[in-house]
Amino acid sequence: MFRITGWSLIRLFTIMIYVFMFLPIVVVIILSFDTQQFASFPMRGFTFKWYVELSQNESIIRAFKSSIMLGVLAALLSTSIAIPAAMAFVRYSFRWKNSLNTLLLAPIMVPEVVLGVSLLLFMRFLQQPKSFAMLLLGHVMLTLPYVLLIVQARMVSIQEVYEEAAKSLGAGPFHTFREVTFPLLLPAILAGMLFAFTISFDNITATLFWATAEHQTVPVRIFGMLRHSISPEINALGTVMIFFTIMIPLFAAFLIRYFGKKRI
Amino acid sequence: MESSQKNMVVQLRGIVKNFGKLEAVKKIDLDVEQGSLVTLLGPSGCGKTTILRMIAGLEHPTAGDIYIKGRLVNDIPIHRRNLGMIFQNYALFPHKSIFDNVAFGLKYRNVSKTDIKEKVRKALEMVRLPDVGDRYPSQLSGGQQQRIALARAIVIEPDVLLMDEPLSALDENLREDMRREIDNLQQMLGVTTIFVTHDQREALSMSDKIVVLNDGVLQQEGPPEDVYNIPTNRFVADFLGSSNFYPGRVMAKENGLYRIRLETGHEFLSNHPFNWNQGDKIELVIRAQKFYVYAENNAPDETLGNSFKGVIKDRSYMGGEVSYFIDLEGGLSIHVISIVNIRALKIGDRVAVDVSPRHCGLLPGQHSIAAS
Repeated sequence: MFRITGWSLIRLFTIMIYVFMFLPIVVVIILSFDTQQFASFPMRGFTFKWYVELSQNESIIRAFKSSIMLGVLAALLSTSIAIPAAMAFVRYSFRWKNSLNTLLLAPIMVPEVVLGVSLLLFMRFLQQPKSFAMLLLGHVMLTLPYVLLIVQARMVSIQEVYEEAAKSLGAGPFHTFREVTFPLLLPAILAGMLFAFTISFDNITATLFWATAEHQTVPVRIFGMLRHSISPEINALGTVMIFFTIMIPLFAAFLIRYFGKKRI
Repeated sequence: MESSQKNMVVQLRGIVKNFGKLEAVKKIDLDVEQGSLVTLLGPSGCGKTTILRMIAGLEHPTAGDIYIKGRLVNDIPIHRRNLGMIFQNYALFPHKSIFDNVAFGLKYRNVSKTDIKEKVRKALEMVRLPDVGDRYPSQLSGGQQQRIALARAIVIEPDVLLMDEPLSALDENLREDMRREIDNLQQMLGVTTIFVTHDQREALSMSDKIVVLNDGVLQQEGPPEDVYNIPTNRFVADFLGSSNFYPGRVMAKENGLYRIRLETGHEFLSNHPFNWNQGDKIELVIRAQKFYVYAENNAPDETLGNSFKGVIKDRSYMGGEVSYFIDLEGGLSIHVISIVNIRALKIGDRVAVDVSPRHCGLLPGQHSIAAS
């Protein structure tokens, strides 16, 4: 017979935590296929109707486009800042190094509401209107700390002798970077970019303050739709979002594994 | 300046290197002759690696000048110095194939594609790994990786080859093979080489010249035999091999031999090549390996010159040899390392020891040198 032991309690407890964490997501995914206007259990039938409607919704498509463009640009920008920053912090010593490093990572600690309001006030102070550029700057601010952490961690693990060896063989600083440092950093750079994209793609709190009428991101759009009505279309949209945000980190992890196996 | 001397490839003049308050290298002068293998030997922290890195251009001297082939290179960055460098952990580029690793330096030297192929092939043949071009460094063993590192460094025909403890990451057995390989290759190519090590056996077996360093100061330089047999200070005598040190005084010079009396009253004869005066305070240095030990009843009648009797107080068996601590009559303790003949002597055995005047080195007495 089944005996109640300490271990089986722990097992049960663990299962319950997983259920608690993932059940809401699973419900959203399942209900996105329900036929009812006000989706609820028990389901009345199975349909792709809401996905079809979603794909015909101009404003959602536009939001998707801006979200993707914003995410890609934010990832590219913060990575191209993070690479030289990581090299400076890891390879060189200079005054205020630790303080500067902490400062670059600080946005992680600051509540997003504060970040959102302060960038807005700052732009007001400069008498600039809300714009896509400002939104992009904001997202770079949000994503840079994470990219920097990832690239910097990798930089620390790359021994300096590789660069020294390249230089001793006649490669100048630029060639040393292109031939040795960059390829060795590449897994971290790709992971950082994908991570940055996911953060940008997901963000709502700060983005609510920054988004302009013509450049609404998907989360902001969903938030707007929820204020009017709860449509099953939102369930479908949520499912698409979940798919995106789970696949991207998985893909990043796969890339790291793939490159990691061959090298070092 | 002597930099005009044609046959000197590397010259250091008054090199000083400070790391903050730490003086890592204190006013070093060094000449490295064309085609020679010079070893920088010393304990860790003696400044040997720092000197090598300054020659490479990876560190900048706080003061002093570095010449390579007569050219002042202080302000010339590493990638324009035409060096080959071998690192302790091989430092092969993990993301490049062996071929690309070896070809790396050639890309910056205006060598055509076909010449690159040919040179890489020759270099790989030279290190006896002709078929690994398509592989990646992680697929090779440590010894193979170090040979590829060697091929990568020599294929660019450097003015000087710098090696930073290249054997220390290898297993004991492999180390000896690799040491011979480096030695042969260096002689075959005639490439001027500076070799950093803390291993005296490596230094003694490979070098044309040994430079012994301690605490950032050059202690002694010369051919291995000279540095080993005629150490000029206590550090060198102690660092190379195990030595006995006894304070004493020069009593007389008779028939080309100095008569030395120790503080314990024992008298030794020495034919040390330096000039000493009667009454000089000295330190007698005798290497542990230079004593002969006999069981007392088995001692030969003829003596090499310095024969004493004593009792074995302690011994440790080390396979090919035995290390004895022997108390001589009259209260003098000596350390002897002796090759095991048939059977090792036991603790408590009465023995006779003998040592030739040739092996009785003399150093200035401790009180006569300035405190260091």
